[in-house]
Amino acid sequence: MKPEVLVGVLARAAACGATAADGYLVEDSHGSASVRLGEVETVTHARQQRLSLRVFVGRASAAASTSDLSRASLERVVDEATRLARATAEDPHAGLPDPAELIGEVPDLGLEDRSAAEATPEARIAIARACEAAALAADPRITNSEGAEYSDGRARYAYATSHGFVRGYASTAFSLSATPVAVQDGEMQRDYWYSSARTRAKLEDAASVGRTAAVRALRRLGARKVKTAEVPVVFDPETAASLVRALAGAASGPSLYRRASFLLDRLGTRVAAPAVTIVDDGTIPGALGSRPFDGEGLATRRTAIVQDGVLVSYLLDTYSARKLGLASTHHAARDGAGVTVGTTNLMLLPGSASPEELIRSVRRGLYVTELIGFGVNGVTGDYSRGACGLWIENGELGHPVEEVTVAGNLLEMFAAIDGVGNDLTLRDRTASPTLRVGRMVVAGH
Amino acid sequence: MEDLARTRPESFFSDRFNITSSLLDRVLGSNLLGKVDDADIYLEYRINEELQLEEGTVKKASRHVSQGAGVRAQAGTRTGYAHTDDMSITNLDEAARQARAIADRAATSAVVKVAARGRPHDLYALAEPPVAADLGRKLELLRQVDAATRAADPRVRQVIVSLTSEEVVMLIATASGSTVGDVRPLTRLNVTAIAEENGRREIGSHGGGGRVAFDWFLEGERWRRYAAEAARQATLKLRAVDAPAGATTVVLAPGWPGILLHEAVGHGLEGDFNRRGTSAFAGRMGQKVASELVTVVDDGTIPSRRGSLNVDDEGTPTGRTVLIERGVLVGYMQDRLNARLMGMQPTGNGRRESYAHPALPRMTNTFMLAGEDDPEDIVKSVRRGLYAVTFGGGQVDITNGRFVFSANEAWLIEDGRVTAPVKGASLIGAGPEALTRVTRVGRDLALDEGVGTCGKDGQSVPVGVGLPTLRIDDMTVGGTAV
Repeated sequence: MKPEVLVGVLARAAACGATAADGYLVEDSHGSASVRLGEVETVTHARQQRLSLRVFVGRASAAASTSDLSRASLERVVDEATRLARATAEDPHAGLPDPAELIGEVPDLGLEDRSAAEATPEARIAIARACEAAALAADPRITNSEGAEYSDGRARYAYATSHGFVRGYASTAFSLSATPVAVQDGEMQRDYWYSSARTRAKLEDAASVGRTAAVRALRRLGARKVKTAEVPVVFDPETAASLVRALAGAASGPSLYRRASFLLDRLGTRVAAPAVTIVDDGTIPGALGSRPFDGEGLATRRTAIVQDGVLVSYLLDTYSARKLGLASTHHAARDGAGVTVGTTNLMLLPGSASPEELIRSVRRGLYVTELIGFGVNGVTGDYSRGACGLWIENGELGHPVEEVTVAGNLLEMFAAIDGVGNDLTLRDRTASPTLRVGRMVVAGH
Repeated sequence: MEDLARTRPESFFSDRFNITSSLLDRVLGSNLLGKVDDADIYLEYRINEELQLEEGTVKKASRHVSQGAGVRAQAGTRTGYAHTDDMSITNLDEAARQARAIADRAATSAVVKVAARGRPHDLYALAEPPVAADLGRKLELLRQVDAATRAADPRVRQVIVSLTSEEVVMLIATASGSTVGDVRPLTRLNVTAIAEENGRREIGSHGGGGRVAFDWFLEGERWRRYAAEAARQATLKLRAVDAPAGATTVVLAPGWPGILLHEAVGHGLEGDFNRRGTSAFAGRMGQKVASELVTVVDDGTIPSRRGSLNVDDEGTPTGRTVLIERGVLVGYMQDRLNARLMGMQPTGNGRRESYAHPALPRMTNTFMLAGEDDPEDIVKSVRRGLYAVTFGGGQVDITNGRFVFSANEAWLIEDGRVTAPVKGASLIGAGPEALTRVTRVGRDLALDEGVGTCGKDGQSVPVGVGLPTLRIDDMTVGGTAV
C-alpha cells in the first residue's frame, strides 16, 4: 500500500486549482473456488487496485477514479476531475467535513485476520467440496446442484484529504455458500445457504452450511399456490432483513433531500410498532459491516434510527446533512460517482418471542423464506414482491408455497409488526430477527 | 481528451501497454497450449462518464477509467480464471499460470477448436463516441431536460436527470489462434420526476439510449419524450388506486414489458443451466413450452441497440438465435464452454461484466415476433383485467421457473376499456406455463428504449427486450385490493 500516491494526487489537484480534495485508495486481492457435483467448476485469483478522487473548486465538485496507478494515468485523473469540477454548478452545501471532526486514532476493530495466510487453490477447493458434499449427502432427493463456492480476500484502504489527513485500515473477508437442487416427481427446487466472516475461524463449518442449504431446498418440494387472502405474514430473519434495508434506504439523506422518501418529514414521529428498534452500528468488533471511519474520515458509531417505533435519526453524509440542516451521522460511503450514504451493521433489535412462538400465534398465514423481484417503491412505501415459503395452518408449518406475492405498504407493515423474534444473528451486514406482520395481502389464485 | 473514435483494438493495446498479438500468442502458447481444452486472454480498457443534474443544477460529474486483463483456461467442465489490472507481460504470464493450475489436474488432451462462426459485425461505428462529445453540450442537454420535465406539469417538484457515457475497447486472443477486438460505445439518458399533490408523492422515470452518439438524443428531440413520459407517469400515479390481488387476465403493452420474456423464458434457456440440468426448461428441447402464437428470438446483431455486440466477450460474432418457434423450444443461448460440453455451437452469447469476470451465457436483445392482432382489439377482448404499460425490474428462480416483474404503470381493464390507473404491483408466473396462456399477439412489435441491465452471478451487462401487445390469461397480480 502506498498512501503517498494518494497524497501526491491531492497535491497535484491543488496545483491544478482545486481548493480542496479527498481521495480513497483500495488495494484488494482475492481468490475463489467453486465446485459442482464434486468437480471443480471455476477457480479465480485476482489483484486489484483503484484510486478515487473528489475535488472541489470553490463550491463546485467532481469525481474521477482509475485502476491504472501509472504516473501518466494519475495525472489524467486529476486533470479530468478538475476540468469536470469547473463545469459543474456551485453548491453552497458542497465541501469536506470540518477537519476538527475527522477521526483521531484509528481503533482496531478486528477486521483483519492476521493469522490466515493466503489460501491455496487446493485449500479453497477442499472447503467448497466439503460444503457441497454435505448438501448432496443430506438426502437422496438432493440429486443435482448449482454448486458450492468458497472465497477469501484481503483489502487495504487509505483515505486522505487535502488538509493533510491520512488514515488507513485493512480487512479480510471469508465466505462460503451452497446451492443444492432437490428433485421429486419431476419437480425441481433449489435453495441456498451461506456463511460470511471477517476471520477464517468465525466462518461456519462447511458441512453445516451445506446441510442447511439442503434442508432449505428440501422443504420447498411440493410447493403450490394458495388462494388470495389477507392474513398474518411471518418473515424469516433473511427476508425480514430486506424490510429493514428498505426502511434504511428511505431514511438515507439523498432520498430525503430529493423528497423521494416515504419517511420525509417524519423525524420524531411514530413510523413502526413500539416493539421495533433499528440501529446501525459500525463499531462492532469483527463484524462484516464494521469500519473505523466512514467515506469522509468520520469515526463510525452506533446510531439508533428507529427507537421503540419512533424515527429518531436519518442516515447522513456531510452533504445531505448540510442540505437538511442537520449534522452528518457518519454514514458516508464511497461509490463510483463520489460519495453517497451507506449503512454499516444494520439491525432490528431482538424481542422476546421465539420464532416457534411467532409461528404458533398464527391460525392461518404465510411464513416467508424468500422474496424475489423489485416491487418496493421508496417514495410511497408501496410494497409488492414475489414470495416463497410455508403455509401456516393452526400454528403449524404446513405445505410449501410458491408463485404468490405479498403486498402492502412499508409504513403500514412496520406499524403492523406484532411480533419480534429473539433470534437475531448478525450473519450479514443487515440482520433482523423473525418478524410477524399482523396483516398483508397474499395473492395467489 | 483521448481520441477513441478511430481506435483499432490491436494497436490500442500495443501502443499503450506494449501488448501485441504475438505476445498474447506466446503467453497462451507457453503456458496453456496443449494442456487445456480452451483458453483465452481478454484485455479491456473502459472509460465511463456520469453526469447528474438535480434541483436544477449539475451537481455530480465523474469520470472513471478501468483496465485489466483476464486469462481463462478450461479443461472439461473446469474453468481457471485469473485477472489483473496491471497489464504487464509478467502479470499476464503469472495470471496464465494461475489459470492453468486447475487444468493441470484435468485428464484432457489437446485444444479443441471451436470453429469461429463468421466475421465480426459492424453495428455501431461512430464518428464521435459519446464519451468524447463536448461536455458543455451535454450539460446544456441536462438543463433542457430538467426544464422540460418541470414545464410538463406544475405538480412536478423534483427532477433528476442523468447521462452516462461509456467506451470499452476489448481484445481477445483465443487458443484457436484468432485475435478479435471491438470498440463499444454505450450511452443512456435517464429522467426521474417526483410529483406532489395534496401530501401524496409519486415517482416516474423514463429514458433511453444505445450504442449511439450523443447527438442521437437530439435527433427529433428524443429527450423531450423522455421528459414528458417521466412527468406523465409521476403525475398519473398520484391518482392511482389499489391494484387488484389474485389471478386475472393481463394485457402487456409493446416494448419494455418484453422483460416478461427475459425472466419467464430467457434465463431458463441459457446454456449453463441446461447443461447442468438445473433449468425448468432442461430436457425440453423440441417440446411445446408456449402457445403457437409465440416465437421468441435473441438477436445481438441489431445495429446501435444497447444489447447488441459485434462479437461477444469470447470473440464469437453475435447472431440471431430462435429460442421458441411457434410455441416449440428450439434453441439455447451458448458461450464456448457450454456449447463444447453440450456438443452445440456457440451462439455469440458469451458475455462478461468486465475483465474481472469470466464469461457466462447471457442474453443480448430478446424479443417476441409480431403477431396479427390489432392492439386495440386485444384490450377490447378483455372483460376484466390489467393493462400493464411500463415495468421496473424482474427476477426469476431458474430451477422452479417462477418469475416476477414489477409493473410501474398499469391500468384496470373493465368491459374492454382501459379505466383507472393502479399502484405498482408485481406480476408472478411460472416460466414454462405462462406463455402457454398467451391468447393474442399484436402486430405492433416494439423494442425497448435502451435502458435494460441484466444481473446474473453478480455480473451486470446491458441488454434489450421487446414485445408486441400481448394477452396472457390467468396471471397472478400482487396488488392489495382483495
